[in-house]
Amino acid sequence: MARHQGRGMASINYPIGMNLGGDPSQALVHANPDGKFTVALSAIDLGQGMKQVSRQIAAETLGVPIEDVYVDTADSDTGPHDMGSFASRGTHRVGNAVIVAAKEARGVLLEAAAEELEVNADDLVTDGKGNIHVRGAASKSITVKAASQAAQFKQGKTIAGRGIFLIPLSNVSPETGEMSPVTAYAHACLVVDLEVCDETGDVKVNKMTSAYELGRALNPKMVEQQLVGGAWMGMSHALYETPEPYYPNPEHGGRDYNEYLMPGPGDIAPHDITVLERPAPDGPFGGKGPGEMCANPVLPAVANAIFNAIGVRIDTLPITPEKILRALKAQGGARPQVRRA
Amino acid sequence: MLEFRKDLFADERDDNLNVIGKGEQRQDMLGHVTGRTRFFDDHGFGGLLHLKVVRSPHHHARIRSIDVSAAERAAGVKRVIRGQDVPLNKNTLLSLIGFGKDDEPTLAVDKVRYKGEPIVAIIADSDAEAMAAAKLVRVSYDPLPTVFDVQEALKPGAVVVNETYPGNYFEYHEKYDHQKLRFGDVEAAFRTADHVLEERYQMSPIEHASTETNGTIAAPETNNRYVVHSCAQGLFFSLGTTAKILALESNRLHFIGGTVGGGFGGKVDSLTEPLAVLGAILTGRPVRYVLGREEEMQFGSPRGAERHVIKDGVMRDGRIVARQITSYFDAGAYTRLTSYGVVKCVAHMPGPYTIPNVRGDAYCVFTNRVPATAMRGFGVTGVDFSIEVQMDKLAHLVGIDPMEFRILNAYRDGDMKAHRRVAHNTALIECVQVAAQKVNWPLSETARRASSLSGGGGPRAAIPPTVTDESGRIGRPETRQAPPQLAPGAAAPLPAYQSPPAVPIYQLPPAHQPGAPLPNHPSQPAAVAPPPAPIPPVPNPPATPQHGAARFSSVFTRRR
Repeated sequence: MARHQGRGMASINYPIGMNLGGDPSQALVHANPDGKFTVALSAIDLGQGMKQVSRQIAAETLGVPIEDVYVDTADSDTGPHDMGSFASRGTHRVGNAVIVAAKEARGVLLEAAAEELEVNADDLVTDGKGNIHVRGAASKSITVKAASQAAQFKQGKTIAGRGIFLIPLSNVSPETGEMSPVTAYAHACLVVDLEVCDETGDVKVNKMTSAYELGRALNPKMVEQQLVGGAWMGMSHALYETPEPYYPNPEHGGRDYNEYLMPGPGDIAPHDITVLERPAPDGPFGGKGPGEMCANPVLPAVANAIFNAIGVRIDTLPITPEKILRALKAQGGARPQVRRA
Repeated sequence: MLEFRKDLFADERDDNLNVIGKGEQRQDMLGHVTGRTRFFDDHGFGGLLHLKVVRSPHHHARIRSIDVSAAERAAGVKRVIRGQDVPLNKNTLLSLIGFGKDDEPTLAVDKVRYKGEPIVAIIADSDAEAMAAAKLVRVSYDPLPTVFDVQEALKPGAVVVNETYPGNYFEYHEKYDHQKLRFGDVEAAFRTADHVLEERYQMSPIEHASTETNGTIAAPETNNRYVVHSCAQGLFFSLGTTAKILALESNRLHFIGGTVGGGFGGKVDSLTEPLAVLGAILTGRPVRYVLGREEEMQFGSPRGAERHVIKDGVMRDGRIVARQITSYFDAGAYTRLTSYGVVKCVAHMPGPYTIPNVRGDAYCVFTNRVPATAMRGFGVTGVDFSIEVQMDKLAHLVGIDPMEFRILNAYRDGDMKAHRRVAHNTALIECVQVAAQKVNWPLSETARRASSLSGGGGPRAAIPPTVTDESGRIGRPETRQAPPQLAPGAAAPLPAYQSPPAVPIYQLPPAHQPGAPLPNHPSQPAAVAPPPAPIPPVPNPPATPQHGAARFSSVFTRRR
């Protein structure tokens, strides 16, 4: 009767987006007469932060404060087409569409400002605080608000932009599988420290330590939210969840959260995350997308750590106490492997 | 705890941005934390009706008769909907992008193919009345034999689950019963490998378990349109699916959504939108169709089960020279999105490693269970689990530290991937190095100095002469073991074995302790099957008329 410490790791990459019938997203951006912007999308915010990441991308591209941008999604009468929020595509596809739309709107804004300032629009820059000024001459300036009002009431200009980003269809070879599945990949390596009780088969995850390369982290807080929550889901996939615990026997599915087990607050391990940023050449400001991939490395890292702790391989998910006890029995007890901690 | 390593790849970034890279609070956060954000179910309507469905208690059965007379007379019931009331009662989700055949009814008519399949919908004044009336529907069944295991389902003579796909497999390119990946010659490489390890991995189904269950509220508008408050993960995807099933022009539907209480892939299937809108059409009243928690967990589509059989050839020095992966995706009774998960899986093989010989065979298999759908990491999570446990076993087998083993085999900028595209923007090695450093995991000097930016390309960028084969022609299960042949365009006859790609010279770390041999997994000699006789080509099956928009598909060669 002992609790055995184990450490395991896994490394993965993850494709950003999908390859099915082409992968388009659209965005529309327009300003009200006071120079406050609305981004219209049909993308879905599932809690992952689709609205906020679009908002930051739009504000950065327009060169205006983030408070001056709100995102409206998803109404099929006003939001232009988007494939949907899946396949880790939101930030990359929608974000690129927002950039295209926001660039067009910024172009009109700068033209309106140029007309008011009687300068060339190519010489104008934004300060990100609501002002437009001549490059190198901060005193020759106009507010975004004044330029927008001039566009609306004086010049008859529409400060608006349309954007689409399309990854075109890539045919898949029936014979070799040749294809262009996606254009960007995120990466990760994750280490799990856990302990296994050889009496009960219980696994307690003590710590996760990870390095994620996600392109540019467009909003570090939202990245953290994804990585922490995703690892929680990965733990759950590895050790707890399934509606068919004796698959392919289809019985014994849970009917509610009492019967369908997931880790509770006391089961969650601390997670020490390091983020690397290698910008995707075609990503919005280099962003890729941490959405799906952050659950993936946890599953094998847990399985490998269990092997390190007790010397048994469980190749069938989830790794329940029952499976551990049966494997220990077949092996004749725990055989701890080389300590790595 | 989260920190950045801004020193890495710093010359590839401009970090002087205004808003990007800042942890700004989300515009929707205050609404979420104060409970004021409106989700689909927070839209009240006067005269709202409630829809519930009658579900099959059998995994597989012929429907002899359906008697709804008592249910129609029950208290509060406004309308009973049956399969014949659905304008186009056969659909497949990806028909919107021309991928796959219509194979799934909204309401079952002659047969049920999984336990929980909807047969009749009841619309009543209240949830309770709809549920009470559902119990009064009398369905008479002839139970049929079932199949639940993917490999059993593929055997000749297996129970046919879904008559649209009589072999129990999705048909790829109208030619094969699976999707292939062929890169180099794994058989030749297995013969020269120092060790060959073949292992089987299984991932069971997984429930999305979102806080908000699937649901829709649909209501007639005054302008001959219907407003639809939807939880869909793809707004226009769900709109298009609903329009197709109900034979409506798309602009008669006004979908509103975008704020969803968790999805993880479980809200791509339009489980509730078509029936809710049909209910609104048939009653002229707003209709709410929301899955209860038990319905969602038992009969809402889960992440499907996956089985991956991985066979690797590895050299004593740790280089993997061949990887073969055979994957079985359990679609359940209908296609939904599993056909695409298979393609995504094949594109992901052999993981983030440069391996000169790779073979993949991935099947989308029909069984008598709840149809599977996408879930976070679709097509990748299961095979990543399998590959990374396999990597741990291989490292153990050759006596190399698992982190060193990853770095040794990691893909680098300029390397050719098995799907025949050059890798760029890679960073696997750096992730392993940073994680190792964080936990004080000792790495050799060679591993610490390795870089994604160098050592790739050159000979590692080559596409090797590749053997292809005709295995798995549709309707010809005996061809699953077909003889290999040199791919068209490959100039030279196949050498017995291609030199492995150049990799930096590897040195064992001094602290390493080679582990004991794996107790249950002895390395196996490469088994080379004698090539069976060639087979004549099989004509393609006749085309089936398809509904839905004519667009392009990456996997169907026929354009509609």
